[in-house]
Amino acid sequence: MKTQKIGAWIAVLFGASYFIIPLIATFEFSLRMRRGEYSFDAYRSVFSDVQFRESFSYSIVMAILTIVFGILLVVPTAYWVRLRLPQMRPFVEFITLMPLVIPAIVIVFGYLRLYNSSSFIPFTGSARGTDLLLMFSFMTLSLPYMYRSVDTAMRTIDVATLTEAAQSLGASWPTIMFKCIFPNVMSGVLSGAFITFAIVIGEFTMPSLLNRPAFGPYLQLIGANRAYEPPALAIIAFAITWASMALLQLVSRFSKSAPSKP
Amino acid sequence: MSAKQAIDLKKTAIDWLGILPFLLFAVMFLIAPTLYLVTGAFLNPAGEFTFDNISGLFTDKILASYWISIRVSLASSLGGAFIGFFLAWAVVLGGLPSWIRSSLLTFSGVASNFAGVPLAFAFLATLGRTGLVTLLLRDWFGINLYATGFNLLSFIGLTITYMYFQIPLMVLIITPALDGLKKEWREAAEILGATNTQYWLKVALPILFPSILGTTLLLFANSFGAIATAYSLTGSTFNIVPIQLYAQIRGDVLHNPNLGYALALGMIVITGISNLIYIWLRMRAERWQK
Repeated sequence: MKTQKIGAWIAVLFGASYFIIPLIATFEFSLRMRRGEYSFDAYRSVFSDVQFRESFSYSIVMAILTIVFGILLVVPTAYWVRLRLPQMRPFVEFITLMPLVIPAIVIVFGYLRLYNSSSFIPFTGSARGTDLLLMFSFMTLSLPYMYRSVDTAMRTIDVATLTEAAQSLGASWPTIMFKCIFPNVMSGVLSGAFITFAIVIGEFTMPSLLNRPAFGPYLQLIGANRAYEPPALAIIAFAITWASMALLQLVSRFSKSAPSKP
Repeated sequence: MSAKQAIDLKKTAIDWLGILPFLLFAVMFLIAPTLYLVTGAFLNPAGEFTFDNISGLFTDKILASYWISIRVSLASSLGGAFIGFFLAWAVVLGGLPSWIRSSLLTFSGVASNFAGVPLAFAFLATLGRTGLVTLLLRDWFGINLYATGFNLLSFIGLTITYMYFQIPLMVLIITPALDGLKKEWREAAEILGATNTQYWLKVALPILFPSILGTTLLLFANSFGAIATAYSLTGSTFNIVPIQLYAQIRGDVLHNPNLGYALALGMIVITGISNLIYIWLRMRAERWQK
């Protein structure tokens, strides 16, 4: 028993140093910009960069759009499959897992060939069209996470009874959807939203190949050209991921205690 | 057709109409693009059926890039699975205070999503030529890391970097499996006179094996498709398959678009097979978690 405990401590100490040393090193490096002393100059330089602000706000807007349209696609589908097409569940679940099987770079390669300016749906023919295609590609990327968290939340409620109750009170389909189903799966929707946000903000491959000025390609560009800004940006990116995950945990903890009300 | 049949038909139609947006989305943004590449891999530029593109993959340069990709993915998935398993074991069965478990799981949730370009920056700042660890090793221990042949922009460097998101992913997936090991199994083994080693080799590991192997395959596929970290770490000098495909998409470096489709098909086949085995193993593993 004693040796087991020592082994466990060794494993945890090793893991902790593997995780924490790069973070300390990154932070230390980001402070080195001024010669001979530590300063926050790199962060100042990052925040005053117009391109940083533009690409960052572009990615935030894209993330919000992706979340909104992703929710509008996933929640009704998951609801409908549970209510009316339970025999289709394995198929729908398989589709939602496809983005994990097919690498992102392959998916976007297909888009570029299928939706170029000379095709019958020329998404990439205009900047707005490309933005739209990028949003759809982000929706694809986040589909596995969004679907799973919404579907898990839906498992805890009785979809059929809720629907019948609402119908017998004369509710229309939109009312059932937005006043009855959505509030009940809010925890799943929010978890999906936070993980989508974390994915979209840092995504490099898709916006880079679609040539849109998102945060991921900006990071890569800075990394290739500057010395002290990249670690500062890495710390900022880590903080964003951390915040998304913290909110996610908060939501799931919150929802665990919520439905136990009599 | 009777009235009842007509109503049934209408009901079925409405049922399907409900997931029409989803089906449309799936066809447009998942199935059609993939099928386009897969069929393109078997066509020549004139649109005729051919195996030339597939055999074109078996040239030295492309095989070398598949090989280096497979090696990096294999090393980082095996390393990630090994270390991740021990970390999960430590917090589940090692008798450590419970706050260590919850902080490890929280941190794993963050770190498994901390990939891409920022991860490359973090490791450049750690193990790059002027990274903190490189400098400390030199100043405190007199070890010149880069003189020993170490290079972050290489196989070993990329493997170490990938393990930063592989280990947490393993921890997240394998912890529930370890939680599922019932105390009764251990007690039963001990009553029958089994030693700790025998318990692990004959009871625990065989039960955990599908989970461990499955998760390792998931980690493998996870790193095989990743590009952002490698690209910003090494530029286009390190020829793993996703980087080669990236260059091909940007500028047709293979001088044959259909060969590019074949390159993509190769990636789908490799990640597809490892994911399918993962899903199959997972279903087997779930038998023990009921």
